[in-house]
Amino acid sequence: MKPRTAGLALYAAGAFLFLHLPLLILSIFSFNASRFTVWEGFSLRWYSAVLHDSQLTESAVNSLIIAFVATLVSTILGTLCAYGLWKRNSRPLAGSLYLSLVTPEIVTGISLLAFYQWIFRFLRVQLGMHTVILAHVAFSIAYVVIVVIARLRTVDGSLEEAALDLGANEWQAFRFVTLPAILPGVIAAALLAFTVSFDDYVITSLVAGVDSETLPMVIYAIARRGVNPVVNAISALIVVGFGSLVLFSERLRTT
Amino acid sequence: MNRLRAWFLAPTWTVVVVLFLAPLAIILGYSFLTRGVYGGITSPWTAESYGRLVDPIYLAILWRSFWIAGASTALCLILGFPLALFISRAGPRKNFYLGLVMLPFWTSFLVRTYAWMFLLRDTGLLNTALQKLGWIHAPLPLLYNDGAVILGLVYGYLPFTVLPLYATLERLDRTLLEAAADLGAKPWATLARVTIPLSAPGIRAGAILVFIPCLGAYLTPDLLGGGKSVMIGNLIQNQFTTARDWPFGAAVSLALMAIVMLLLFAIARGEGESLL
Repeated sequence: MKPRTAGLALYAAGAFLFLHLPLLILSIFSFNASRFTVWEGFSLRWYSAVLHDSQLTESAVNSLIIAFVATLVSTILGTLCAYGLWKRNSRPLAGSLYLSLVTPEIVTGISLLAFYQWIFRFLRVQLGMHTVILAHVAFSIAYVVIVVIARLRTVDGSLEEAALDLGANEWQAFRFVTLPAILPGVIAAALLAFTVSFDDYVITSLVAGVDSETLPMVIYAIARRGVNPVVNAISALIVVGFGSLVLFSERLRTT
Repeated sequence: MNRLRAWFLAPTWTVVVVLFLAPLAIILGYSFLTRGVYGGITSPWTAESYGRLVDPIYLAILWRSFWIAGASTALCLILGFPLALFISRAGPRKNFYLGLVMLPFWTSFLVRTYAWMFLLRDTGLLNTALQKLGWIHAPLPLLYNDGAVILGLVYGYLPFTVLPLYATLERLDRTLLEAAADLGAKPWATLARVTIPLSAPGIRAGAILVFIPCLGAYLTPDLLGGGKSVMIGNLIQNQFTTARDWPFGAAVSLALMAIVMLLLFAIARGEGESLL
């Protein structure tokens, strides 16, 4: 190996450490018997504390429900939309989706809050799970469209023409020819939507009601008061959970 | 085809109009109204909130946001470039390394920010370790300052520079590098005068992808800056909660949107089609 290449490899090793070490250390210390940042031996007490903390478990269930419903809706709508845009682009729609992607979260959040409060003058509803789910659909749909469109660009359009020539109608051509071809992209898009939905704090905290506290909101509230080993444990669970989800989907994609 | 396409686009159009464009329009309306006595909004229509944007206090926050976002972007590019170069030359292991870069991105941003609180605070791992080693006697103030915010942003958005840089370096015509070497250029000269200029599209894309979210960052300055490091995002949040000055918060939001869009138009021009 030339010295320059070796230097570059050494640098890359350092960069990978920088990216992974903080989460690794956090995960290791989630097994620490002590409340303080001094290693006192292996213990599962913080994991047991997570399971016995009803605020954490309830908010985790809320987060899962919200992420699941929002992902389902935005994946279906976003896939249909990507297909429509692939057939023929619509600059106003594509532009609006792009704009929603680059809009700072805090702006999306407060504008949704203002919108909900304005609507509530006319409807007898309050902030809650439904407002959070709608908000999550709104911000995750653009991610789905981008991922699915990227996949559609690799699809040979003449296959659909062949299906149409052979007597399929437009829906059948979509359903039985193109959709199966883009399915890995759709799954990847769903995974991305689930991740951004489950993780969101900024928008969610603005449009959530009293009964719809999510896991990031609870983690944030604890983190603002300082470091707490219970959060180390829940963080490790999130890291491992999402890490394995991504690895699983990667395997799914490549096979 | 057109009927099916219309049916396919209609649901997303509805979501975009009702849950994105209409809320933005309401914010636009609010920004021209007057703050109510108990918060909220009231008539008359006025552009006063926009006038307050040039108040030195708020210009300082704007300047600070630009400075922090700019420093974070520069660091992301400097740190990301060699990594992208390494991955683009890694042969069959490329995808593995790219996966390593992206993996933290797939775990929660909040958790990644919290991890730095765990490491940097007064009784955090770094200060505890340094004190045990006897190198320092009092904890260093590592957390709750601009440096911690920049570190958190760089950590959070580094993958966003590595990917576009990798994409351009991957496509780079290797024969040009050989030509430079044949003509007597030293490796560093080749890097500075061939590789870096040719990866300009990747550098631009990476810069936009990092600078925009950093400029509007809310979570990182809030948790790692500890209220001392106020950026535009925190100012907006504050106007809608504690200060209860919705018209001004709306005006700041739109100013931020305007900056973001100007940047996109200025930098992405010549890039051809947008990402979509």
